Amino acid sequence: MTEDETATPPGARLAADPRLPADLRLIEALADGLPLTSHPYAELGRSLGLSEAEVLERLRRLLAEGVISRLGVIVRHHELGYRANAMVVWDVPDELVAGIGQRMAAFSFVTLCYQRRRSPPLWPYNLFCMIHGRERPTVLTQVETLTHSCGLLDVPRQILFSRRRFKQRGAWYGAGSVATVAECA
Amino acid sequence: MNPALDDTDRTIVNALQGGFPLVPRPFAVVAASLGLDEDDLIERVRRLVGNGVLSRFGPLFQAERLGGAVTLAAMAVPEARFDAVAEMVGAFPEVAHNYQREHTLNMWFVVAAETPAGLAETLTRIGVLTGLAVHNFPRLAEYYIGLRLDA
Repeated sequence: MTEDETATPPGARLAADPRLPADLRLIEALADGLPLTSHPYAELGRSLGLSEAEVLERLRRLLAEGVISRLGVIVRHHELGYRANAMVVWDVPDELVAGIGQRMAAFSFVTLCYQRRRSPPLWPYNLFCMIHGRERPTVLTQVETLTHSCGLLDVPRQILFSRRRFKQRGAWYGAGSVATVAECA
Repeated sequence: MNPALDDTDRTIVNALQGGFPLVPRPFAVVAASLGLDEDDLIERVRRLVGNGVLSRFGPLFQAERLGGAVTLAAMAVPEARFDAVAEMVGAFPEVAHNYQREHTLNMWFVVAAETPAGLAETLTRIGVLTGLAVHNFPRLAEYYIGLRLDA
């Protein structure tokens, strides 16, 4: 997925889809979470006038199309003891960034990994990864592991540990509440 | 480690980050795989949501696929103004996360809006309101978005 302004936004294609209204209502109903009952999809359907089978069918399709990237739980990392949370950034040549990013993604301690636009001169970095750890020394060792195994010893790098968290929730926009993917927790 | 969690809670948190079955009785399926009772699992999930370990139980959406726009932005905020600026930024409903980090660019926040134009407008408004330059770091490619943490 890219945010290339010249590309047709996937949303525009979806908006032309006649199936959209029921999907949108389903997404709206899910934004607050799945009902915590033995038949959650049936209960969700009741509030929308959809059968349990229709709800399941629509959710399967939304997952397949990537509108929903995964169904499950979102953890609050701080509450699980993950207090050493580092955003690590590198200034990698653009032609190498995809290969290096994919290599980083294979490490289990990397929780998110993106290529982002640079903002020179203050910010020359284009490869961003997040490491959520419980102890700062462990995270620093993991950063060295990444640096060595991805051949980044001579590449400019910054490690930005988080000091305080001011807000962590899904963003709300438009008429309804749509939670976004936790992009930089 | 969170002392409020017992081993069963940890097993549940770890298992549920991997997904949730699309079947009529999903809790029964997960419970069976963990050797738990369906009602016990539902009760524990309810408690984990209630005490804040789980922020939400449900789908992770890709905002862009719904026509929305998301970005990561940062500002260099003078220390003396940090809390006041954090409050201004946090008041925008479009702002999802906001972290203080160790760098000249010390405030990092995720912004999501209904449209790319709305996103640009929100960034402009944040810049005008705070009097600070807003650096925009839109995503160009993603290599990993798993964000799974062992409980």
